[in-house]
Amino acid sequence: MPMHIGEKEFSSRVNKGLEDDFMRGAVRSAQGRLQTNRAKAADELGDWEEWRYLGQEIRQHTMENLDFYLKQLSEKVAERGGHVYFAETAEDANNYVKQVINKKNAKKVAKSKSMVTEEIALNDALEEQGCEVVETDLGEYILQIDDHDPPSHIVAPALHKNKEQIRDVFKDKLGYTNTEKPEELTLFAREQLRKEFLAADVGITGCNFAVAESGSFALVTNEGNARMVSTLPKTQITVMGMERIVPTWEELDVMVSLLTRAAVGQKLTSYVTALTGPKDETEVDGPEEFHLVIVDNGRSKILGTEFQEALHCIRCAACINVCPVYRHVGGHAYGSIYPGPIGAVLTPLLGGYEDYKELPYASSLCGACTEVCPVKIPLHEQLILHRKKIVEDEKKSGFGENVAMSGFGIMAGSSRLFNTATRMAPYLVTPYAKDNAISKGPGPVKPWTDIRDLPVPQKERFRDWFKSRKTGG
Amino acid sequence: MQKGTIQNSDIFLDNIAKSLGRERKETVIRPTWHHQPQWDVLANYTQNQLVDVLEAQCKSIHTDLIRTCKENLNETLLKVIKNFHGKTVMTSDDSRFEMFGLKDHFNEYKQREDIDVHTWDKTDGDTSIRVAERADVGITFSDITLAESGTVVLFSDEGKGRSVSLLPATYIALIPQSTLVPRMSQATKEIHRQVENRERVSSCVNFISGPSNSADIEMNLVVGVHGPIKATYIVIEDQ
Repeated sequence: MPMHIGEKEFSSRVNKGLEDDFMRGAVRSAQGRLQTNRAKAADELGDWEEWRYLGQEIRQHTMENLDFYLKQLSEKVAERGGHVYFAETAEDANNYVKQVINKKNAKKVAKSKSMVTEEIALNDALEEQGCEVVETDLGEYILQIDDHDPPSHIVAPALHKNKEQIRDVFKDKLGYTNTEKPEELTLFAREQLRKEFLAADVGITGCNFAVAESGSFALVTNEGNARMVSTLPKTQITVMGMERIVPTWEELDVMVSLLTRAAVGQKLTSYVTALTGPKDETEVDGPEEFHLVIVDNGRSKILGTEFQEALHCIRCAACINVCPVYRHVGGHAYGSIYPGPIGAVLTPLLGGYEDYKELPYASSLCGACTEVCPVKIPLHEQLILHRKKIVEDEKKSGFGENVAMSGFGIMAGSSRLFNTATRMAPYLVTPYAKDNAISKGPGPVKPWTDIRDLPVPQKERFRDWFKSRKTGG
Repeated sequence: MQKGTIQNSDIFLDNIAKSLGRERKETVIRPTWHHQPQWDVLANYTQNQLVDVLEAQCKSIHTDLIRTCKENLNETLLKVIKNFHGKTVMTSDDSRFEMFGLKDHFNEYKQREDIDVHTWDKTDGDTSIRVAERADVGITFSDITLAESGTVVLFSDEGKGRSVSLLPATYIALIPQSTLVPRMSQATKEIHRQVENRERVSSCVNFISGPSNSADIEMNLVVGVHGPIKATYIVIEDQ
């Protein structure tokens, strides 16, 4: 599954989301829980703002010196007998992984959750060459079984599905006979996947944070599937976005502490697993062979630009969990595996304005996202920057809006024209007005009035009212 | 161990330097961070106070915590194993089982209670994994214990297989009280020190906080997914 998901048209994706009552209910309740848990965990620390400053400073320093830290990481991995491949594009990364799998003559791959492998569509590439790929995170497993339904949240990928739907998917595809109780569904998945872990030739994981000083990397999980994937198969391949790195173990502590609190309100997840190279020669479990694939895929083009801070993201989804737009339209409406505010910033940078020019507008600019971001990415300001670029540099805004905006500029720039226009406004809209409201507006007003009424301008202008008002009082 | 390969490094890293508008950097000094709130957490707590914090945290991670002393350790452990309906047990190969006087008792378990206790065998990996996979209980000692998050830290080595705390249906962590520290910061500082002193970092460092769980189905918390379904911590007074 590549980064793009769902229908091409933004508006049809949004409408689909708006019509899906169950999904909207599920998102509302999930957002509520996650917000409360995050706020509680942040409060408990007492000095959450200090932690955020620290997180921001670490991310800034690391991005500014990214070439140095990646080189250090690669040398340390190689010292411990691991292989490192730097992949400029998605295709490079996929080809390297395919090559390793071919060499091993592997038939079955067990994967733990990884957004970057979704982004580069690694599963498709492996399945094309006849390799079976099993997603082992419970949410990802459900989606994979359901004919590769796309994820709608970066932490809880199957958030849009209810337990009855999941029961039916298990029933239809796997012959499940029990009820829709989450405990029974989960136990069933445990039994199914245990066999897969034991049979897999290769394990593929993502990477929450690599540690440059020792060539290590950490996986932050609750289910234990990433531990299985890095314990049982003889070969392990880890794929990381090139920005997912910290200088030393001391910074790993800070970033993990921020991530688990911001994502799910936990002090730590059940498992934080830090791996360095393949297993030692004297150890008997763990992979004999280890490959690290470091992926650029458009990230270096973001470095050095006004959007560099988007690379500070640690994928906690706190911004998604507070976003009022996400609450209403759901994850699939964004058309990207990266939804919500961070998705609206990141997706156009990775995928281009051509396909994603609407996303920066899918925001009320309320700034709730910026407020909760554990590494202080100014998300809503980045969205405004996108809008500015789209309008100014790319000239991609609609023709009607262009004319209206330049017309507005001329009109507002001249006091005579402004006076005339504001006096005329109530009369110009008369053909569209009914009961002091416009419900079917023309041209650029239409998308607004499709959803809500626009009040008609008052006959008395503010300036006239101001001049003739009684002073004092 | 043979050194691994690195491919495409220069072109990739040159590209990053170019985007950043400068030449490649050969050295970088890690700055002193302006804010360091992590060292204030549970600062100056005594070992006993840290056990209290650990105990409170265990309630929110679905983990039972039992305090005991060295003398009662064997009886306490046996009780927990029976509570988990343990018939097959896998332990790591750790000298502390002997130090805390458990090793000798393990032989009696078979006669007294029909409980088989296996020790991780570094000479026979396949058998060890197979036994761990069907074991009812896995038991390890904690190397460092984090009070704040209720976490046991395990450093893998030839005797301490990754599977022991992962594959069995339930998990028991034996926690000498002296292993307690306030939070993750103290553990990662120790590993950072190892790296600075050119000591070998374990191939797998696990930070384990209770049993495995998932909230992927309608955000309902289900305890017990791929890793152990239940966990108990036994804190041993050792000072």
